[in-house]
Amino acid sequence: MKFNQISLGVAAALVMGATNAADTITVVSWGGAYTVSQVEAYHKPWMAKTGNSIISEDYNGGLSEVKAQVDAGNVKWDLVDVELSDAVRGCDEGLLETLDASVLPAGADGSAAADDFIDGALQDCAVASIVWSTIYAYDNTVIDGQPSTIGDFFDLEKYPGKRGLRKSPKANLEMALAADGVAAEEIYDVLSTPEGIDRAFAKLDTIKGETIFWEAGAQPPQLLADGEVVMTTAYNGRIFNAMAAEGKPFEVVWDAQVFDMDLWVIPKGAPNKEAAMDFLAFSTSTEQLAAQASWISYGPARKSSAPLVGHYDGKPELEMAPHMPTAPENFGTAIANDFEFWADNQDELNERFNAWLAS
Amino acid sequence: MTSSDANDAFVAFEHVQKSYDGETLVVKDLNLSIGRGEFLTMLGPSGSGKTTCLMMLAGFETATHGEIKLGGRPINNIPPHKRGIGMVFQNYALFPHMSVHENLAFPLEVRGMSKSEIETKVKRALDMVQMGAFGGRRPAQLSGGQQQRVAVARALVFDPELVLMDEPLGALDKQLREQMQYEIKHIHETLGVTVVYVTHDQSEALTMSDRIAVFEDGRIQQLADPATLYERPDNSFVAQFIGENNKLEGVVRGIDNGIATVAFDDGATCEALAVNCAGVNEKTLLSIRPERVKIEDQAGDKTISAKVLELIYLGDHIRCRMDVHGHNEFIVKVPNNTNQKALQKGQLTHVSWIPEDCRALDLSDSV
Amino acid sequence: MSQTADKQPVLAADGTPLKQALDAALFRNRMRAFMLVLPLLLFLFVTFIIPIGIFLSFGIHDPVFSKFMPKTSAVLSDWDTTSEPTEDMYAALVADMVVARKDKTIGRAATRVNRELSGTRSLFTSSARKAAKLEAPFKESLVAVKKQWADPEVWKAMKVASRSWTLGYYANALDYKQVADGSFEPQPENRQIHVPLLVKTLWISLQVTLYCLILGYPIAYLMSNLPARTSNLLMILVLLPFWTSILVRTTAWIAMLQSQGVLNDLFVLFGVTDDDNRYSMIYNKLGTLIAMTHILLPFMVLPLYSVMRGIPPSYVRAAKSMGATNWTAFSRIYAPQTIPGIGAGAILVFIVAIGYYITPALVGGQDGQMISNVIAFHMKSSLNWSLAAALGGVLLVVVMTLYWIYDRVVGIDNMKLG
Repeated sequence: MKFNQISLGVAAALVMGATNAADTITVVSWGGAYTVSQVEAYHKPWMAKTGNSIISEDYNGGLSEVKAQVDAGNVKWDLVDVELSDAVRGCDEGLLETLDASVLPAGADGSAAADDFIDGALQDCAVASIVWSTIYAYDNTVIDGQPSTIGDFFDLEKYPGKRGLRKSPKANLEMALAADGVAAEEIYDVLSTPEGIDRAFAKLDTIKGETIFWEAGAQPPQLLADGEVVMTTAYNGRIFNAMAAEGKPFEVVWDAQVFDMDLWVIPKGAPNKEAAMDFLAFSTSTEQLAAQASWISYGPARKSSAPLVGHYDGKPELEMAPHMPTAPENFGTAIANDFEFWADNQDELNERFNAWLAS
Repeated sequence: MTSSDANDAFVAFEHVQKSYDGETLVVKDLNLSIGRGEFLTMLGPSGSGKTTCLMMLAGFETATHGEIKLGGRPINNIPPHKRGIGMVFQNYALFPHMSVHENLAFPLEVRGMSKSEIETKVKRALDMVQMGAFGGRRPAQLSGGQQQRVAVARALVFDPELVLMDEPLGALDKQLREQMQYEIKHIHETLGVTVVYVTHDQSEALTMSDRIAVFEDGRIQQLADPATLYERPDNSFVAQFIGENNKLEGVVRGIDNGIATVAFDDGATCEALAVNCAGVNEKTLLSIRPERVKIEDQAGDKTISAKVLELIYLGDHIRCRMDVHGHNEFIVKVPNNTNQKALQKGQLTHVSWIPEDCRALDLSDSV
Repeated sequence: MSQTADKQPVLAADGTPLKQALDAALFRNRMRAFMLVLPLLLFLFVTFIIPIGIFLSFGIHDPVFSKFMPKTSAVLSDWDTTSEPTEDMYAALVADMVVARKDKTIGRAATRVNRELSGTRSLFTSSARKAAKLEAPFKESLVAVKKQWADPEVWKAMKVASRSWTLGYYANALDYKQVADGSFEPQPENRQIHVPLLVKTLWISLQVTLYCLILGYPIAYLMSNLPARTSNLLMILVLLPFWTSILVRTTAWIAMLQSQGVLNDLFVLFGVTDDDNRYSMIYNKLGTLIAMTHILLPFMVLPLYSVMRGIPPSYVRAAKSMGATNWTAFSRIYAPQTIPGIGAGAILVFIVAIGYYITPALVGGQDGQMISNVIAFHMKSSLNWSLAAALGGVLLVVVMTLYWIYDRVVGIDNMKLG
């Protein structure tokens, strides 16, 4: 686990002479470009404002470490960035503090927090900061033509070459059904039937032989860049960063994107709950969410942030808005990840997916 | 395997040289003929080149120059396993994962002999070394002496005409070593096999050998039968290496009829057999065996005065260290006879020898 | 030695029986030896035996449901699994759900049942939200909330989940499942993944062991016959994989093996293959084999080297002097003496390989995964620690069995580790 002390905060605390005893909170996130965007947009301004400091740690997702800390009664983490499924499950299992949404500030346009956040962003134990999505991307120097639909991803005749898929049934089954002609809002209804699952796997079968499976989010842009695959599903922020920061010739196809949220949660018994809550409220304010979007192409969870989203850091010519999952032109066929469905079925579907992989 | 034509060269080294690093020679121009049925010992200190010679003969080292012949045939390019030479190694090299029987059967098996033939030969070889009852044991279950016998039996079981032994008794205690020396000697005599034996133990060499080649500095210093080697060493190295030896430095005053008159620093003179001394007025080294020196009660014509420094009682004789003309390491072995007069420490007395027992040799710096 | 007929015990100088005196003397020695290893023993016990024991117990002990749904568990234990669920059972369920909802434990109980019957998690969590407002008769009111509550399969799943001590996870680890009446039946075919994966894991480990032996034997032989300086240099090369981080190594393998990688470029350059048919050497089983062989090679080379160093050259020379050809001397004399090294190396490599998971996860792709990857998945992602423990237990039993077979065939005494 990477461990880095944000010395800026310590320095700020010293300069300000600490009128009220400065707190140090431990904020845990996913690392890489994503953590950088949070440090720039949330951590630094908050430390400057309050004089508190932040220890930033990285983790690889999942609730196992939170569970271990809570079960042992020795909680070290104050704030954790989790996926929606983990936020809800952690809440159900009593691993997380219940949060009072009323302390969240109103939007910059004056709308109340409860109205300003998008649907599902406010949970009993969690507050969303960003919307991210699973999309597919291709290398436009290798692909002949312009793939634009999810069907194109599964069309090996039209666009021959290796595909990349995440080694998990999540998002894959949804995309497979979408490619097979199921409308976005019916996907989970179809998936809830045994025939629907068979249908999704049958669609995946059509490209299985040509597919490389990835696990870590950093892999797909690398696979594309190395020419190992010509098209791959990926997290949109990763592809955007490869395009914006490294100038890779990638294109994102937004059709049938499966979007999800990342949320802040406070583990039950966190040592600095008050300060963590203050940071949570600060970081999910309209301005901060908008500021984060200039570092990475994940959409702010507040509607009021959208108009404030500017250009990519240091590149005025690169407007961020069109690269957001929530941009209107991208969002038409978007599939909202259904947490309840996955919580109910992931054991069975994981086993089936693994058996399918091995067969 | 008869020794009738013992003088024919069965093994011959002709101008053999060996170098490992291309700079120094470990073996320098070696010439040696070994007769059929002979027991020849290569004797020398470690690093003298004797083991290298043995390994070249076995085929594990190649000669840098020169030729080695076996039965008149050059064998430089014959791999070891085709030379048909039996070998006993320093630590026996009995295969630890095989029983004694399997160890002995191994050379016969690789020769493709029939099972019954193997049985007969293994039994015969084991009986020869009185190990018939131990066929089923593993080498680790045997004592050192037993392992030694098995190693000898294994080297002989396939009836080689030549057997090489590389310090085979080095790991045994003194008593066992002496017993094994006789046994090996007897086996050699019984079978008439040619043996080339390497050792650094001169008493072992003297006990067993028909002839001994004394190695030093990559050369054979002397090649002779044990008696000659002991009685008439060619040079001071051999004299020093074989048996115990007293050394006295002096200057040759004259040589008459092979007898040199040698003067010591203090002017006293004595007579010695001129063997290898440079000439009149040259320095020489006198060599005389401790048991050939006689203690004289009275000063006489050819006596030399001496002072007793130390007496050590050794049962069969008394070892007496004396000061003779400034050499205080002069040893005399006094027989422990009933009529021998008791010597006292610090006593002044006289010693004498017959000139033929005292050999005037070259003054070699290395000794 | 005089054997007395009346079997009078031999006495020590002070009159105590000699046997007793000897035992006392030996006891002191044994105590001293025991005291020497005691700290390590305690350390192992606290840091290894106890945690492993606790973890393995998860595989047979899962009290989550009975702890958070105590009333339901009590009535379920009397239920015969075939009769219609009674009103009492529904009442107990609703009462438990009200408490569990308040204590925020309903999610854990629901997750437990969901493992037995997919889709029941949301059934529990959504019904629990309304449980406090439900009124008798609970059967009707609960079925009105969600009609699945009438399905006896849900009750059977709860019955299975309510057993705190269960062999269900071990059954699952072996692709069976425990049903409500306590018997076992095979999983549906499209969910049977563990046994095939276990077989594949053993097969991959065996292959890796074999490749390590084939590659490591000559190297160890070479090193054992070289002067110390040169062999130390070679040893550094062999140990290099130990000293580089897994990420550096993985990056190197990817650069080397991928279809646009160095090796494939060379193959194309020398006409081994053409540009459209580059070999897939990574993200599949081959990738796993290559990477694991690379990493585990030192485990094979080190014991081999140490054994070979101890074999004096005179054995082979002796064999040759007796007329054995190079091959015979090697196969009958040299190789048999290296068996302790081969045994130690093989068992080290095999046992380490069988539990490997980082490397297969990184370069294994879809068909290069091993059983540990599934264990890691259940540890980190699905949080099904009981199944992870059961899978780990199965793996442990397999390793112990192989170790036992090895002991019977080769003999553990015949193993030299260094």
